[in-house]
Amino acid sequence: MSVVLFKAILIIIIFLISLTVAAYSTYAERKIAAFLQDRIGPDRAGPFGLLQPVADGVKMFLKEEIIPTVSDKLLFIAGPSIFMLTALMTSAVIPWGKPLEIGGKLYALQVADINIGILYVLGVVSLGVYGIMIGGWASNNKYALLGAIRASSQMISYELAMGMSVISILLMTDGSLSLNAIVDSQKGMNWNVFYQPVAFIVFLVCAFAETNRTPFDLAESESELIGGFHTEYSSMKLGLYLFGEYINMFISSAIIACLFFGGYNFPGIDYLGTILPRNIVSIISVGVLFGKIFFFIFFFMWVRWTIPRFRYDQLMRLGWQVLMPIAIINVLVTGAILTFFGN
Amino acid sequence: MQLTNRSKVVTKPEMTFVERLYLPAIVSGLAITIKHLFKKKATLKYPEVTREFAPVYRGMHVLKRDEAGRENCTACGLCAVSCPAEAITMDAAERQKGEEHLYREEKYAAKYEINMLRCIYCGLCEEACPKDAIYLTDRLVPSEFTRGEFVYGKDILVEKIDDRVDISKRKTSYTI
Repeated sequence: MSVVLFKAILIIIIFLISLTVAAYSTYAERKIAAFLQDRIGPDRAGPFGLLQPVADGVKMFLKEEIIPTVSDKLLFIAGPSIFMLTALMTSAVIPWGKPLEIGGKLYALQVADINIGILYVLGVVSLGVYGIMIGGWASNNKYALLGAIRASSQMISYELAMGMSVISILLMTDGSLSLNAIVDSQKGMNWNVFYQPVAFIVFLVCAFAETNRTPFDLAESESELIGGFHTEYSSMKLGLYLFGEYINMFISSAIIACLFFGGYNFPGIDYLGTILPRNIVSIISVGVLFGKIFFFIFFFMWVRWTIPRFRYDQLMRLGWQVLMPIAIINVLVTGAILTFFGN
Repeated sequence: MQLTNRSKVVTKPEMTFVERLYLPAIVSGLAITIKHLFKKKATLKYPEVTREFAPVYRGMHVLKRDEAGRENCTACGLCAVSCPAEAITMDAAERQKGEEHLYREEKYAAKYEINMLRCIYCGLCEEACPKDAIYLTDRLVPSEFTRGEFVYGKDILVEKIDDRVDISKRKTSYTI
């Protein structure tokens, strides 16, 4: 099997998995919300309501498509497309597991092992803000515009602290930006979260802000901005926005798992490698990564139903006056320790 | 000047460093919500499971029959008079020869209608009834599409001979 064919299959599989996980995240969100509020949640469509995402998807497609006459048609359609595109693009650099061995050749379970992996992720994530900004602007609606402005300023300010917290991780992996190298450096239980708890907390908070999740969902804030940037959207265009948010959440969880929780590594992975065939270990490692991802998706939802939304000035103060300095000091301290005490 | 001795001095102490971190508060909040994840759910899956009504619940009316299957109602009109919402109307008729197995008294209600949209389910008709004929049950009045469908006649109100409505809960609540 040629590498190109393998990559093509891998891309399709990852694409499908991202969409499926996102679809079932909407179901999980409703179920977890219900459980945390002592309710049962959707249970009518299929056993335990498992077909609910299918029903929701069909509903979204069948809804009437409304494009406001005062809107900029081209940008109005471009907004959700860009949002969805950038959400799906991020998954390209994530190492999903140990390499598979097919016909004596090794195939990495990663679409592209580029040497600027984490930089690529940060870059694509910041492109995602265009989807929101263009959509809000093209709607020609004051609520949509306010929501879009809020969202973009929030995402831009939190990206800085996010990048800073990543730098301290990069210092520990000899400056390699490749996600594969970062994951490899965390063999066994040698996870970055134990060495960089401050960076982890800063990154986690920024991930919440980047994905527009509560307590940082000011872009949407149903109660004040009637949905924010997607006020004027309907049918599947609205669906793409809502869906993109869940894909973002999935990818952020994967990035958090890769950067701080050892990605596909788990204690005893080397020992298992000696007693089990290589491919079995690879599949187990994929399962372990997905376990970590699902935990963080659950954590995102858990936090949503615990903490109320920030006020806008609190959000900005937290981003610029708290998280930024903490991240910078963390980088300095990490650098100093590495310089004076070696590894 | 102090008017009462209930006044309190309100203090707003400066938050400590740990409090300003907010993280301990967030963690304790997360602990509270995760506890609810495992709590017993308050939801009843309605069409399959119905909540048990209180013994004093007043729902849809029933016009009772006696043990022999004869209608108890004698169309005296006390229920209509007692009804504060004026929801009940009836027409009386005289029992003919050969109808003794249908009606218990010599007079019976040829037409008996309750407008369920007017009814306030106060239960005064039940209290007024001298013949044990009308009772409020724990059944619900279903929703309809038109107002006219809410005027229930004898076809809905009178209990079926082979499908009796249990009103023992209502009866015991009045015997002292």
